[in-house]
Amino acid sequence: MSLNPASQPLVLEAHGIVKELGEGAGRIMAVKGVDIALKSGELTLLMGPSGSGKTTLLSILGCILSPTAGTVSIAGTPTAGLKPEALAMLRRTHIGYIFQSYNLFPTLTAVENVRIALDVAGVTGAVAIQKAEQALRDVGLGHKFTSYPAHLSGGEKQRVAVARAIASAPSIVLADEPTAALDSENGHGVMRLLAQIAREQNRSILVVTHDSRTLMYADRVIHIEDGKIVSEEHPAKAPVTELSGKAILAAAPVAVAADNTPAEKPRRKSAPQRTKEPAEAKILTDLIQKRKSNA
Amino acid sequence: MILTLAFRNLFHDRIRLAVTLVGILFSIVLVAVQLGLYLGSSREITSNIENAKGELWITAFGAKSFEDGGTLLTQKERQAALGTPGVKSVAPVLSVFAEWRKPKGGSTRVVIVGADAEDGGIAPFRLVEGTWEDIKAPEGIAVDKSYLSELGIDGIGSTAQIASGRVRVRALTDDIKSFTQSPYVYMPISRARALLDAPGNTATFHLVTLEPGANLETVRAEIKSKVAPAEVLTKDEFLERSLKQWLFNTGAGAALIGGALLGTLVGTVIVAQTLYSSTKDHINEFATLRALGSSSGYIHKVILAQAGMSALLGYALGMVLALIIVYAAQGSALPILMTPALAFGLLVLTLCMCAISAISAIFKVTKIDPATVFTR
Repeated sequence: MSLNPASQPLVLEAHGIVKELGEGAGRIMAVKGVDIALKSGELTLLMGPSGSGKTTLLSILGCILSPTAGTVSIAGTPTAGLKPEALAMLRRTHIGYIFQSYNLFPTLTAVENVRIALDVAGVTGAVAIQKAEQALRDVGLGHKFTSYPAHLSGGEKQRVAVARAIASAPSIVLADEPTAALDSENGHGVMRLLAQIAREQNRSILVVTHDSRTLMYADRVIHIEDGKIVSEEHPAKAPVTELSGKAILAAAPVAVAADNTPAEKPRRKSAPQRTKEPAEAKILTDLIQKRKSNA
Repeated sequence: MILTLAFRNLFHDRIRLAVTLVGILFSIVLVAVQLGLYLGSSREITSNIENAKGELWITAFGAKSFEDGGTLLTQKERQAALGTPGVKSVAPVLSVFAEWRKPKGGSTRVVIVGADAEDGGIAPFRLVEGTWEDIKAPEGIAVDKSYLSELGIDGIGSTAQIASGRVRVRALTDDIKSFTQSPYVYMPISRARALLDAPGNTATFHLVTLEPGANLETVRAEIKSKVAPAEVLTKDEFLERSLKQWLFNTGAGAALIGGALLGTLVGTVIVAQTLYSSTKDHINEFATLRALGSSSGYIHKVILAQAGMSALLGYALGMVLALIIVYAAQGSALPILMTPALAFGLLVLTLCMCAISAISAIFKVTKIDPATVFTR
């Protein structure tokens, strides 16, 4: 089932998020007054260079870090003042996580890795097994139930992580660099899967990345730099089913400034053939620079 | 899944598991042997008191134990007790260290237990050869068969000399060991008095048997008022006093209990160390669990389950070894006792030991910052 994200309710809202890290003279402001909202059925990319504060922001939105200032609301529940155990309950109820380095349990099989997330969420017994197996089937790993992480490829590991994140049907899935450790084909496979989950299962997915290969799957792209959101784009992307692992930057981004006003016209209707990653990074940097100068 | 994860974490590093199990095994065996020795000693110290039928013991003031009763009591205390309402019988018991001269030369120390079974005194229990009637025959005595070699005799019919008179073995007991390693020699009280040249009617203790329905405390108070400064002890008080004398005043019990505590301490430290290192190795997984929204309690349960599994495995192995040692020590002068209560107590101790060991690991995971999952 595919729904129009614009008509979907907000599942996460954050206003004026500030995060200071470190102590004394080494204290830095990693996030500087960010406003962000996530809707169901939408795949949002949070892009920016290293050190821009995107992972810190992701941790705050995922109730792992508390903001120095600002408010976060998950499914209508404000997180301010909640104790660690209450925040953990919000995470297991509403949020699924996907990590860059998979963070699978090496001593558990694929299906057990998914089951443990369900167990944490209070789903146990035969229901948990059924849900875990279904989640693995959903990510195309129906034949790998009893495989240990050591016997899975990088792409398969990340798909197990995706299955783990979606098994308990959270309204929000937060992914930290999910393609960073994957080759091109597996990276596209995982992104295609996330886009499909966002649309068909009506989840809100936020992907932190600096991988420009992921642009084509996004409903929305948020650019962050030096702890501030510098722009937001709504790329017109191709249907998920038409996206191939080889297609690169197929959709033209429609850039908007942070205040949601259009910043520029689509740069291109179709992306040039991808040659290597640094070139893509340069395109992205140019794009951001141009947007800055326009602003 | 908690048990699955705990089990996999435990068996993931088999060398560490082996170290953990060896630690628990060592601890269990040490504690089992020490406490088994303590129980064995206690049984030896108290066996005569336990097997006596009377409810009250009249002793000289400050009597320390069954073997060390102090100055002899006279007929006066016996008569006073006999004249107290509620008293059914008063049996004199003579318990005194004496020199046993072996028939082929040499001597050893024994404890003469002189009493008349017919009067409600102490009869040699666990008789395996001969009867009380045989013992009453001229020169008759009963000794434990495990001390035949120590006493330099062969068995029934053997003769030896105690103090000034000759004795003949007419009955044998089984498994009445002496904590002091001075064998008990049972005989009628008149023979004991004669051998020791003790004045007639003297005794180390008077063993009081009450009429059915008589109030112990009332009878005791009345006897006490009549026999002062002699003491009137209940069976439990006399047991306690004897145990205190031999186990604690001599330091033997303290050494045994100290050894058991040391075993527990060593086991706790080893298990704590290995659990901590296991937790440290799996810290990323625990951080992931935390990021996925697990409660602290969930993670604590995983660690406690690991500790519990280690405890059960270590206990099973430790008990097997402990039982082998108990079996091997059966014929020794100081046997090690393994009772169901001790076995259960050791299980509880092992579980507690491992639970305590988990504290450092739990502290470690309590400090986990789930944000670390993004930096690994």
